[in-house]
Amino acid sequence: MAKLQSSFRNMFLSLSLICLTVALLLAQVNKMTATPIAAAKAMKLQNAIREVVPAFDNDPVAEAYRMTDGSGDSLLVYPAKKGDELVGFALNSYSNNGFSGNIQIMVGFDMKHRIVNYAVLQHAETPGLGSKMTEWFRDATKPGQSVIGRDLSQGALTVSKEGGNVDAITASTITSRAFLEAVNRAYAAYSGSRENALSGATIATDKEQEKTKREGGDHNE
Amino acid sequence: MNKQVKILINGIIRENPIFVLLLGMCPTLATTSSAINGMSMGLATMFVLICSNAVISLLKNVIPDMVRIPAFIVVIATFVTIVEMMMNAYVPALADSLGIFIPLIVVNCIVLGRAEAFASKNSVLSSIFDGVGIGLGFTLALTLLGASRELLGTGKIFSQTLYPEQFGSLLFVLAPGAFIVLGYLIALFNRIQHKQA
Repeated sequence: MAKLQSSFRNMFLSLSLICLTVALLLAQVNKMTATPIAAAKAMKLQNAIREVVPAFDNDPVAEAYRMTDGSGDSLLVYPAKKGDELVGFALNSYSNNGFSGNIQIMVGFDMKHRIVNYAVLQHAETPGLGSKMTEWFRDATKPGQSVIGRDLSQGALTVSKEGGNVDAITASTITSRAFLEAVNRAYAAYSGSRENALSGATIATDKEQEKTKREGGDHNE
Repeated sequence: MNKQVKILINGIIRENPIFVLLLGMCPTLATTSSAINGMSMGLATMFVLICSNAVISLLKNVIPDMVRIPAFIVVIATFVTIVEMMMNAYVPALADSLGIFIPLIVVNCIVLGRAEAFASKNSVLSSIFDGVGIGLGFTLALTLLGASRELLGTGKIFSQTLYPEQFGSLLFVLAPGAFIVLGYLIALFNRIQHKQA
């Protein structure tokens, strides 16, 4: 078959047909992968929550709601319950002051204001320096830098350079500050949630909860 | 068959996209901070190369010359999107670490370059072999680069510790290290080739 001439009709038909075919193909692949992609995302969230709060048997994602963090924004709160009793909260907190912008973390508190654990969800810090925060703040052998078990009702966490109580990551003070900012932000929302929960107030009406869920979904994009 | 083997070897050695043609430097330098990242990037690109080469050489007679570039780009973008969706679905951790560089395979000049220079002029079989050859050359180069940087920077290869991390130099994991290691690898590659010639 000879090569098609570059007439207007040929060019139009050829490009249109190619685009149409690939559009159909992509639609098919999208349909195939939509469920696994959603499952992978939900899994990631579940694992992060499980990692940071004491053992629970409810579905924190389904019961999630938003709580104000005291600085004009609100955080997603995942309450962890064992039976009917609250055992802790996981909070999806953030800081925009990382060395390379936004840092997303999941912090878990028990009911006594103590940090149970944390997980870094997303960051763009320098590999080998700031990126060490994923492990640095939970090194059990170095109480000066670990935040695990810290009681935040005693006051906010700050880096030791500023007279605080947490040793910053070597050569990454900016990242460390941002990390602690995110932890303190989480604590602000935690206190609010804890108080509400203990006083028996219903925080989320059905409508609000729906909204939270939708926002939660967007949040994970 | 001999011809196909020649095309294959050609892609890996004589026209190695990284060490000889110096194409596709952006993903090369950016994603090779570890051996596994380099290798995955290479394999993803290889898949796109093989598929786009095959399809373009199939369609070469029904694509008029004047619209060939948009037609090629549409085909390439389709396969890249498929790779991206598949990675998000089945290997989310890897997709996270390669990030924006997967969608950016679309603008990788190796892929369009092979479509234009080879697939649009040769048979389907030869084009597939060319895709495999160039893809393998790219993957090997990226894996080698990633492994060298990981070893020098963190003392590991494929996350297997060879020596303690404190002795590694962080420089090699960061951007300047990519340029330095690439330079030395190209020099080494040239030396070996000249000796053979």
